[in-house]
Amino acid sequence: MKTVLKTACAALLLAGAIGSAHAGDISLEHPWSRATPAGAPVGAGYVTLKNAGAAPDKLISATAPDVAGKVEVHQMTMDGGVMKMRPINGLEIPAGKSVELKPGGYHIMFMQLKKPLVAGETVKGTLSFEKAGAVPVEFKIEAIGAGAGGMPGHKGH
Amino acid sequence: MRTLTRLALILWSAAALAAVAFAGLFWFTSGGPPTPAIGGPFRLKSQTGEMIDSAALKGRPYAIFFGFTHCPEVCPTTMVDMAALMAKLGPAAKDFKIYFVSVDPERDTPEVLRNYLSSFEPHVVGLTGTPDEIAKVAKEFRVYYRKTPLDGGDYTMDHSAFVYLMGKDGGFRNVIGYQEKPDRALEKLKSLLEKG
Repeated sequence: MKTVLKTACAALLLAGAIGSAHAGDISLEHPWSRATPAGAPVGAGYVTLKNAGAAPDKLISATAPDVAGKVEVHQMTMDGGVMKMRPINGLEIPAGKSVELKPGGYHIMFMQLKKPLVAGETVKGTLSFEKAGAVPVEFKIEAIGAGAGGMPGHKGH
Repeated sequence: MRTLTRLALILWSAAALAAVAFAGLFWFTSGGPPTPAIGGPFRLKSQTGEMIDSAALKGRPYAIFFGFTHCPEVCPTTMVDMAALMAKLGPAAKDFKIYFVSVDPERDTPEVLRNYLSSFEPHVVGLTGTPDEIAKVAKEFRVYYRKTPLDGGDYTMDHSAFVYLMGKDGGFRNVIGYQEKPDRALEKLKSLLEKG
């Protein structure tokens, strides 16, 4: 039984190593987005970026040509009750660490939306890293209130 | 320039907090309703093109939020949270209005607001006006907002993300902060609806 488990673990590790080989040492976990109000020109995408490598990498750009004319990496901050949003010039993912893009912090900003983001659908795109190159990503679109303070179920994001 | 901007932001935030603190202090010391340190008369165009005059709102408490439609997170989630609170309040909040004042009147025309806010009906009323009208109402409500350029001629807005609760006399009653706990927000709304 132990051997079986060991073998299974080894197989999983191997599979993981092969899987992440495509994106260098970067893996993307739980990419999600939020449905947009009617006619909203912008939307946001969130994802956890994991760097299993021994060297830092950097998220430098993103695309989602089916839905957005322009995509940027932004940081949102709350400063004395004032919401501020700024594009950032590369988001570093330290070696062996994860960086979470989540509500209230870093996000992928979908701009010049070509169509509303509808819950249940996905946003297909790519995230480009300095070392790992272009990594395909599919953001699952959740309900319009997902990740909001008053809505349960997304505290973990 | 950056330092100046930051200073302006700090001053505005301080002014808003001082106003809230002052209103709270007055409440405690007088035992009565606070002076309207936050708020003032306004006359703005709704998403249906109707002029909304604050004088006509007398007798009914309301909520007011300053945002814009090119806002990916704070504005839609605040509206969703408010809609959820309205649903919890049920019939008690049947005629309660949440005014969504655009701090980006250049892009947020009544038509743009109507389309956007159709996702949050029936409680939310969008308000827009000329840049001067918006500047005036923002000042009255101690709301900070500022245009921030993005690449390619685009821009975004920094803005205060409070929901102000206003009494039936038009005076400030309370504030719901961004991502405030739903239970606390609900209590504040209940109190507003009960006491006016």
